[in-house]
Amino acid sequence: MKNKLSLMTLLVGLALLVTGCERPSFQKGQNGFRGTGMVNIQNPRINADKEKVNQVPPSTGLAPAEGDKASKVYKNVQVLGNLSQAQFTTFMVSMASWVAPNEGCVYCHNPANFAEDSKYTKIVARRMIQMTQHINSDYKAHVKETGVTCYTCHRGNNIPQNVWFKDVPQNISGPALGNRNGQNAPAESVGYASLPYEPFSKYLLASNPARIQGNNGLPNGNVHSLQETEGVYGIMMHFSKALGVNCTYCHNSRAFSNWSQSTPQRSQAWYGIQMVKDVNNTYMTPLTKTFPEHRLGGTGDVAKANCLTCHQGVNKPLYGKSMLGDFPYLATTPAAISPKKENDMVKVAAK
Amino acid sequence: MDYQNLFTQTQIAGPKNHGVPINEYDQRERTTGIGFNYLLGKLGNAQLGPVYLGRLGVASLAFGMAAFMIIGFNMLAQVGWNPIQMVRQLFWLSLDAPSPKYGLRLAPLSDGGWWNIAGLFCTISILLWWFRTYRRAKALGMGTHVSWAFAAAIWLFLVLGLFRPIWMGSWSEGVPFGIFSHLDWTAALSIRYGNLFYNPFHMLSIFFLYGSVLLFGMHGATILAVGRYGGEREIEQIVDRGTASERAALFWRWTMGFNATMESIHRWAWWFAVLTPISGGIGILLTGTVVDNWYLWAMHHGMVPSYPSTGVVDPSLSTPAFMPPVEGVK
Repeated sequence: MKNKLSLMTLLVGLALLVTGCERPSFQKGQNGFRGTGMVNIQNPRINADKEKVNQVPPSTGLAPAEGDKASKVYKNVQVLGNLSQAQFTTFMVSMASWVAPNEGCVYCHNPANFAEDSKYTKIVARRMIQMTQHINSDYKAHVKETGVTCYTCHRGNNIPQNVWFKDVPQNISGPALGNRNGQNAPAESVGYASLPYEPFSKYLLASNPARIQGNNGLPNGNVHSLQETEGVYGIMMHFSKALGVNCTYCHNSRAFSNWSQSTPQRSQAWYGIQMVKDVNNTYMTPLTKTFPEHRLGGTGDVAKANCLTCHQGVNKPLYGKSMLGDFPYLATTPAAISPKKENDMVKVAAK
Repeated sequence: MDYQNLFTQTQIAGPKNHGVPINEYDQRERTTGIGFNYLLGKLGNAQLGPVYLGRLGVASLAFGMAAFMIIGFNMLAQVGWNPIQMVRQLFWLSLDAPSPKYGLRLAPLSDGGWWNIAGLFCTISILLWWFRTYRRAKALGMGTHVSWAFAAAIWLFLVLGLFRPIWMGSWSEGVPFGIFSHLDWTAALSIRYGNLFYNPFHMLSIFFLYGSVLLFGMHGATILAVGRYGGEREIEQIVDRGTASERAALFWRWTMGFNATMESIHRWAWWFAVLTPISGGIGILLTGTVVDNWYLWAMHHGMVPSYPSTGVVDPSLSTPAFMPPVEGVK
């Protein structure tokens, strides 16, 4: 009797110990030199959940490019005026289904006058189309020929489900106790580590190389601090979670900073960092005043992108299926830049 | 079956044992209450007490509690003084070292100053406790082996929180007080300084750590295995070996050709245990101060083979990084 009780206690205890673990078995793929532990581990059960959000919507088919240009048929077409009327209407309907499936056209347009720019959503949408074209034509090093569309981020939501805002600074009063130091909280953004939970401002908005290891064995002017290292560690946890991969997907962990031991994916990720900084600075931040207050973050900042915005848990968004086949005009920046954008460019250059 | 069990199989019930008398003063400082507990007896001796507190003990506990309270109240304040959240988030909560910008100056309390104060109190508490172990050993006429083993651990503690930060010129290099945060700190230290696994003193420390475990396992198993011949009377058996020792010795000679003695096994175990934090402390002290990137240092000295290049080149060499317009630079 006593023995049975002890055995039961032991079994229950052991069962409790492993409740936090993932159930085997896992899929393992070697992606580096033998014996270096360059192995990518995937849990098929977790991947099954990711499949739901990473399905490409049904193809609309390629609309004919012949016929009158949209700029002639409709008024106030600033961005996609070079499209045929058929292409233009197909794209507008697709866009509504990607971004505002419940609201439809009226999410951006005044139903009485579609040409009017009275809704902020229309201003934002126009800028987002330009952003999409910019990404697909100028960041091929990251998005390759697969490219992105509105759906890559939006997936049927008005606001992409994975965006970030700046951390609201902690207000410390009284006996100066309780500084969280921007970390030490169970935050999903850094994989529930105690690392700085908003590493995005530093690496995906401002331009700071996430490089802290020195190039010399002996001390030689490398002054990066441990706190900075934790920030880099935090953003890397975000990369890992956003793409559903281990450190060794990009790095040989024995020498994280060494490029000649890294995989090609690390180089592609570097271009991705530049792309996200461009997106957040050139496209999102200037739209801050366009958005109504309830769309802004705690510090009055606009919603911004990080890796998870597009990747949504998989190494290739939508499993690498391209949607550009139906929308070839999203893959290039039009030769005729709208006057408004030209002005913006001049302003930036003047600064 | 008796010898395979974790729990003590024999509990001797006897009169309360107040221990050897030493002198009037020490006798006065001992607590008089002595209790017996069956469950304690399953793990060790069933007798609880007498405890000797003394002035060093009281001072050590006072400083220790002060440090504990500073850390605890900082954590409680971090969750808005909500005890339930304190429990739920306990593993994440942390009292962090100051920012690097303060160097070795005392940072404002809210920005790491509390970390310095908690660290100071904690250090004082530990050092007082060390004196206590030394003084009590002397009072009992024992050797001071326990104190020196404890001192080895204190060496590593002081390297981590005092010696190395001072040498590096910044308190920010110190270890945070928190469960996950100190683990993340450990990983960050290794990443920042180019992989601690390539640090030879880290290697030695791991060797002694695993060696300690191995020796402990071998010794515990050997003594339990010859328990039926009275093998647990180890101290007598140093000079009067008896059949238990002879069988144990022959077992190890049969299986590995060489054996420890009842004396030497304890010397080995003590040195392995003590060398773990001593070599580890040296390794930490040299990290960042003498060597900045252990991986590159080890490769320079031909410590391990290199692998074929993947041919990947740093893209920032050919493509300039995106620089935000003036606004983002702030």
